[in-house]
Formats: sequence, structure tokens, C-alpha cells
Amino acid sequence: MPKVAKRRILAGVHFMNGDEAIAEGAIAAGCTFFAAYPITPQSEIAERMARRLPQVGGVFIQMEDELGAMAAVIGAAWGGAKAMTATSGPGFSLMMENIGLAVMTETPCVVVDVQRGAPSTGLPTLVGQGDMMQARWGSHGHYEIIALSPSSPQEAFDLTVKAFALSERFRSPILLMTDEVVGHMYERVEIPEEVPIAPRRKPEVPPEEFLPYRPTEDLVPPMACAGDGYRIHVTGLTHDERGYPAMDAEAHDVLVRRLCEKILRFREEYTWYEETMTEDAEVLVISYGISARVSLGGVELAREKGIKAGLLRLITIWPFPDEVVKQLAERVGGIVVVEINLGQIYREVERATGGRVPMRGVFRAGGRIHTPEEVLAGIEEVLRCRS
Amino acid sequence: MPVLKPRPKPTPEILPGVRHPLEKYLRTDRLPHIWCSGCGLGIALSSFLYALEELEIDPDSVAVVSGIGCAGRFAGYVRLDSYHTTHGRAIPFATGLKLAKPELTVVVFSGDGDLFAIGGNHFIHAARRNVDITVLCVNNFNYGMTGGQVGPTTPVDGRTTTTPYGNFEHPFNLVYLAASAGATYVARWTTLHARRLKESIKEALRHPGFNFIEIISPCPTNFGRRNRLGDALDEMRYYAEKAVIRHGVDPAGAEVVPGREFIVGKFVDIEKPTYLELYRRKVGELFGR
Ligand SMILES: Cc1ncc(C[n+]2csc(CCOP(=O)(O)OP(=O)(O)O)c2C)c(N)n1
Ligand code: SF4
Ligand SMILES: [Mg+2]
Repeated sequence: MPKVAKRRILAGVHFMNGDEAIAEGAIAAGCTFFAAYPITPQSEIAERMARRLPQVGGVFIQMEDELGAMAAVIGAAWGGAKAMTATSGPGFSLMMENIGLAVMTETPCVVVDVQRGAPSTGLPTLVGQGDMMQARWGSHGHYEIIALSPSSPQEAFDLTVKAFALSERFRSPILLMTDEVVGHMYERVEIPEEVPIAPRRKPEVPPEEFLPYRPTEDLVPPMACAGDGYRIHVTGLTHDERGYPAMDAEAHDVLVRRLCEKILRFREEYTWYEETMTEDAEVLVISYGISARVSLGGVELAREKGIKAGLLRLITIWPFPDEVVKQLAERVGGIVVVEINLGQIYREVERATGGRVPMRGVFRAGGRIHTPEEVLAGIEEVLRCRS
Repeated sequence: MPVLKPRPKPTPEILPGVRHPLEKYLRTDRLPHIWCSGCGLGIALSSFLYALEELEIDPDSVAVVSGIGCAGRFAGYVRLDSYHTTHGRAIPFATGLKLAKPELTVVVFSGDGDLFAIGGNHFIHAARRNVDITVLCVNNFNYGMTGGQVGPTTPVDGRTTTTPYGNFEHPFNLVYLAASAGATYVARWTTLHARRLKESIKEALRHPGFNFIEIISPCPTNFGRRNRLGDALDEMRYYAEKAVIRHGVDPAGAEVVPGREFIVGKFVDIEKPTYLELYRRKVGELFGR
């Protein structure tokens, strides 16, 4: 057998699908542990990780289910690894309890959901965007979590790298909410020569002085991993700064508020979006993921007909970019939300704009993407209801 | 109750300035613990800690992972890197931890419900893979933490809060389950056998691969009370009367049936390549790492 120690970063131009781009993005970002359970349309991520991770000194393990996959990822993160799992709707449901554990214990990790038609087994091989609210509220309790949504394989690569950086920055699980079409679509993906590995925040004081859950100024505590010599206790129970269980309402309030605030206070660091033809727009189309690409087609059709339409493509979905949406909404006469569910992000837009702008939803339950004509019809409809 | 190996300094009652003999491994600032008096969990914990001490294991090199339950609270009392995870998920958490940091000694300490009901699937798969972890299961025949419900080891006819007419289900024989799933070290002790348990834990900690020890333990508050087993001391007397020490017995016949003699000892002690050994061998061949 030839000795081929493969590179971490496969710099250059590739023709790959979104799933593969996610795998390469993870490895480039320094991911050395991947645990998952096979599910369509995620399997290409797992298969690529199985091939690539041993090449770069990492570990791939196919777990017995997604409950175990998510738990293993959290364990690996405490072992010092950058860790990721990937799944689709049914598996995402199974991961929810442990995503909450990662939130509560402040464990950096990345969770990918390649969405398919749902509920239940639904349409295993066909597209959906119906897990967006589950991403927000799927685990029990009140928490904040960052979720990103790519519209192309290139962006799938880029956002995976960013997701790892955010997970270390905020010591939090980061969700990459993609979909079957982006996952399976082959496109040009350019991988840069250099991809920085986000550092883990380590304690700066000796073990005797270290309080594992005492936040620094930006509300994120440094992390002492297993074997670092700090011998800390980590629990999903409500805990104090020592990490010890604290079974009272006050401690709970302090902790839950901080966990939310550490994410919310720094929104400008990760609130990404893209505006196209919005300067003079009278109708604003809001979309994300694969639906945003189709929406651009609809906006172009509208422009050809002389309708001033523009597109706001959301890249960061959670925390919802209220301000961005609100400010743009002030300038337009109508909003169209395009998504492959029956109105999950629509409700967020409605909430952010206070219902002051006429709205139309262009929804599909799942199974296929929209056509630009369907988006155009939505644009024309919202114009009609305005006049 | 057998006395543990005498320590240089006796455990003080209220002596100021006297240190707890297991202070090196125990979060003494978390004492007193939440466990009921007479509960066997304390004996299981101290057997483990004495095992660490006698093996002179560097406390920075051991991690303890627990699930949820009374036994799940183990992780909270050890002065080690310790993880109190979610119900049933201690083993996959430990698997991730071990694979990410192979130089750690990873120990899962949890209860019968946690490891064999909600977490049963993870148990058999970790045993099958021969992941290098040691699993210590405190079997008290019920769900202590939630008030004494039926569990996967509750005997037929056993009374629990959810089997008010007695249990209609057959229990698992944990050592048989572990052995057939592929565990390479399998033993069973009771909390009466504290010294033998400690020796067994020492063996398991030094044994590569997936190691399993069942620790039969009184839960006087729930299972003991509902099944008229008397107080914790009565239960210890019961163990003394009924537990038969035998090594190398076929675990298939080693069920624990109330009122009958039951076998404690070492059932399995074999060598088999661990998950990481197989992985490293292949990666070494292919990529020279
Ligand atoms: C997902 C989930 N379901 C249920 C519970 C409630 N619960 C907590 S401990 C426990 C049983 C623990 O039994 P066992 O593992 O035997 O531990 P013991 O308390 O007997 O030591 C249950 C059902 C939970 N914490 N999480
Ligand atoms: S309920 Fe039972 S297992 Fe739990 S602490 Fe009390 S005696 Fe021990
Ligand atoms: Mg129990």
C-alpha cells in the first residue's frame, strides 16, 4: 500500500456536491471527529468523512443511531476535538435532547441537517425545508442557537468552516440547515489554500483558581477539556460557576439568561445575508437555502415585466435577523416569503415587521423546489393586494 | 459489612483539619451526597476510588461519564474530569471522549435503567465494537431516582410503583447480555463484596477493551422497602447468604432470582483487538500514521 497522508485542505477547484463540500469544509476547519448514522440525503457527508478523516488523523464512527451520534460528538468535543454530526429530519428529531445538553454544557460542535420532505419518513429522497422551526425550538427549554443555511455547494463549504469558528467563539452547537437539493447538486467549489483552525478558549488560570462556568467579559467561559488537568465537573443540570448542580430558580435564571445573551449580544458577528436589487425594490422576496436561488429567478422575471422586485437571501436564520428584515420592510410595499414548508420563516417575518407590510407566502410542503414563475405569481399577488 | 482496607488516617467524623482519605479523587466540597442512608452507591463509589488509588492512577488521566439516575450522580462526586450527561447516553458520550482522547482512561458509572433500558442499544454496540471503556453498572433492580419504577432488571413478581401487582416481565441477566454482546471482561459483585469489587475494578481498568462490572446494590428506600427486603443491613445479610463466589462460570446460567442463590465473580476475561487497535493498525498500513 502506498503511503498517502492526504492533505487537510484540498486547495483548488473542484466539482462536488453540497454534501461533499460540507465534509471538506469540516476537515479544512480542523474537524477530527465525526459520528453519524446513515440517512438520505446526508449519506454522502458520512461516506466522505469515512474516507477522509482517517487520512488526516481523525476518527469517523458510524454510531448505532442519532442519539448516540450526537452524544459521541459532545463527548469528543470534551476530549478536545472539533466534532461534527450530520443527519436529516428523522435523525434530527433524535438528536434534539443532546443538542440541549450541548447548549447547557456549552459544548462546541456542528450539527448538519440536510432537510428532506417531512413530517415522519415523508419523502426521503426529495427536498424539504420543514425543520426550520425545529432548529429553533426543537430541544426542550428556552435557548438560543445559531443556524446557517447555504444556497450552493460553495456556500456549504464556506458556512461549514464558519460554523466551526462560531462553535468555538460561542462554545455552542451550531446548526447548518441545508436541504436535499443543495446537498446533491454538483457545482464548482473552490477551496482556498489556507483555512484557519479556530482556537478553543483555554483557561488562563491554574486549576485551583479555575471556575469552569465563570463567564469572561463576552459571557463565554474558557473550556477545560478532559485530561487538561483541570478536573472539572460538567452537567446538564442547572449549575453554578463551579459547574456544580444548583437546584434553585435564581441559579437557573442566571444561567439560562446568560446562555441566551452570549449568543444574542453579538448578533452582528454572524448575521449574514445577501441583498439583490433591493435598493429600489417595491416588493421584497425573502428566502433562504435552495429556495433563495429559485427566488432570484422569480425576481428577475418580475424585473423583466417592469416590477421592481428585490431579494433578501437569509444566510443566518437563527437568531432571526429581525433588524435586517424590519429595515428593509420599511422601504417596500409588499413582502413575499418563499420556502419549502407551509410558512415557518413567514411567521418570523410577520413578527419582525409587526404585520405592517402586506405579505404573501409562496409555499410548498416538500418534494420539489419552486419554479421562478411561482415566485413571480407571488410577487404579482402581493402587488395586487396592495393596490 | 466488610471493612475497607484500613487507611493511614481514619475517616474523621467532625475533626477539623483532618482530611478525607480519598480527597485526591473525591469532591469533598460536594459532601454530603444526595444518596439515602443504607444505599449501596457509596460503597460502589469508594470501591472505585480505592481502586484508582491502589493503581496509583494519575487523576488527570481518568474521566468518569454518568447518565441520569441516583447512580448517575457518581460523576458529580469524583474529583476527576466528570460528565453527567443525558439519560441513557453515557456510553456513546464516553465513546466519543475515548476516541478523541485515547490516552484517557474512560469509565462509565451508571444505573441499570440508564444503561440497559433507555441506553441498552448503546451498551450492546459499544461491547460489540470493543471500545476501550470500563462500564460499572449499579443494579438496584429498579429506577431509584424517579421513585422506584420497574426496570429491565426487576425480577418477575417484583413490586415497584409501576408494577403494583408484581412484575410481569422477564429481567435481563446483565452478565450474560454483556458477554454475548462481546464484552472482553465481565464480572458481577454485590456491595457486600467491597474488596473483591475493588480488585475487580482494578483488573477492569487495566484490561484493554470493553469491560463490564455489574454491582448489585441495595436501594432500601424503594426496591428494598416495596419488596420487604428489610433495611440495608438485612439486604447485606441476604447477599452474604445467597451470593456464591465462582469464577469462569457460563454467564447464561447466572441469573439473579429472588430467594435463590446467585453467582458473583468473574465470568469473562479475554483478549480481543479493541476498536482503536483495529483502526490504528489499518490507518498505519495505509497512511503510515
Ligand atoms: C429522556 C429521559 N427520560 C426519563 C428521565 C427520568 N429518569 C431519570 S433517572 C431515571 C431512571 C434511572 O434508573 P437507573 O438508571 O436504574 O438509576 P438509579 O436511580 O436506580 O440509580 C429516569 C427514568 C430522564 N431524565 N430523561
Ligand atoms: S432511592 Fe435507592 S438508589 Fe437512590 S439514593 Fe435512595 S436508596 Fe440509593
Ligand atoms: Mg436502578
